[in-house]
Amino acid sequence: MSSDPNIRVEEKLFQNRYLVDAGRPHITVTPHEVPSPRLLALTHVCPAGCYAQVDSGQVEITTDGCVECGTCRVVAEPYGEITWNYPRGGFGVLFKFG
Amino acid sequence: MADEKFDVIVVGAGPSGNACALTLAQRGLSVLQLERGEYPGSKNVQGAILYANALEKLIPDFREDAPLERHIIEQRIWMMDDRSYCGAHYRSDDFNEEQPNRYTIIRAQFDKWFSRRVVAAGALVICETTVTELARDGNGKVIGVNTDRSGSTIYADLVVLAEGVSGLVGARAGLRSVPKPDTVALAVKEMHFLPSETIDARFNLQGSEGVVIETAGTITKGMTGTGFIYTNKESISIGIGCLISDFTENQETPYGLLEAFKQHPSVKPLLAGSEVKEYAAHMIPEGGYKAIPQLFGDGWLIVGDAGQFVNAVHREGSNLAMTTGRIAAETIADLKANGWAMNASNLSTYKARLDESFVMKDLKKYRNLPNVMHNKHLFTTYPQLLSNAAQTWFRVDGVDKKSKENAIVKSFFKTRKVRGLLGDVIGMARAWR
Repeated sequence: MSSDPNIRVEEKLFQNRYLVDAGRPHITVTPHEVPSPRLLALTHVCPAGCYAQVDSGQVEITTDGCVECGTCRVVAEPYGEITWNYPRGGFGVLFKFG
Repeated sequence: MADEKFDVIVVGAGPSGNACALTLAQRGLSVLQLERGEYPGSKNVQGAILYANALEKLIPDFREDAPLERHIIEQRIWMMDDRSYCGAHYRSDDFNEEQPNRYTIIRAQFDKWFSRRVVAAGALVICETTVTELARDGNGKVIGVNTDRSGSTIYADLVVLAEGVSGLVGARAGLRSVPKPDTVALAVKEMHFLPSETIDARFNLQGSEGVVIETAGTITKGMTGTGFIYTNKESISIGIGCLISDFTENQETPYGLLEAFKQHPSVKPLLAGSEVKEYAAHMIPEGGYKAIPQLFGDGWLIVGDAGQFVNAVHREGSNLAMTTGRIAAETIADLKANGWAMNASNLSTYKARLDESFVMKDLKKYRNLPNVMHNKHLFTTYPQLLSNAAQTWFRVDGVDKKSKENAIVKSFFKTRKVRGLLGDVIGMARAWR
């Protein structure tokens, strides 16, 4: 019963409601040549799958599906590897049930 | 709003902020509560179980109109391996009482209701407004907040940080640090909808009776964590969480764990045919007593998850949030009534009152447990040993009972050795004491 690596989190996020603040991502990855182990970990730790390693090796973020849990902040912000803010008031994920 | 000064600004409209704002407003203080979500609850996530006692102290008649799902009559605790669970169940008709002790709730709906009570008590609640930083005077005293909505500072005698586990404002102001990865868990959860009769039948329930299941075992792949299954009226909340430090050291994904948990042969039939309507994630403070930050200072104090107030053993959090919010408000109102300043020395009464309450007594009792729980054998070896033992015991296969007993005892000693077993037992007993 090992967990299936092919599970697509996008299908889960599709259930959720968001008000995306277009062009104003609330989390950014600090530019880097080679990603730290922490940034690499975020590619599987982030529960919304927002982090991905691109072909050139760097880790990038797309915040549209972010569920604002703060996990990446706990992992990487103290090292200056990301900047982390809440979305502007009213934007971001809108939980119907929570 | 900008030129008005409030007695208190409460940052956040979860259980701690609502409890605080409600109590302050009831005591006649002018309160501004700021919430970044579209409505109170729209950013809030919990399993969720409501413990009536903490809410009764704030709203004695809450049962009349609060959005409650089911009252809990049965608690199941499952130790799981990949194919089995070995459990303890407690069900009692005593829980079908006039004023039940525990309910399942849906937080977005509950928080909205709670906030209406806060507004009715006279607090000014403003949503869709993110507090960006605390404003301080030349001496460092907190005098108000800045937001992303108003260009100017909003002033108050005191700012209550009820901003939750991932609150930014307190950390930015240097009042507390960002939680460490080994003191917070990440939990993910789904809402599975089913007709209420189907839930009744699958969980042996009637009327508004409910069941909650807490689980641990190989479902977390050796990481420190737990799973849960809660029955709501017409939905089942199912989730799983592990320490963030464990997630970073393993290759598992949170949603992968959740999917595997849902596919477990003991879980899958409970969810069959359900419609998933939401996927959420949230951090849970797990550091306990030792992770509690400084809770007050000149012009500020901290309540709820922001202060790491979670009893990880008993899965209590929102009740500690409400209780810390209430005790903070009572302290503030007493200071105000006496005309005393909202400085660190006077606000230390808040901490003293918390120390006298069940909040600190419980957290202190389990102060060493987080270390003991960080033992992968609890989540891999023991569930398997228990499952094998139960199976050996229950299978009738011609082997005599004495030999079965010997085989079970031997399996424990062989797998964990005498020192390992003793260490685990003594460690757990000492941390529990």
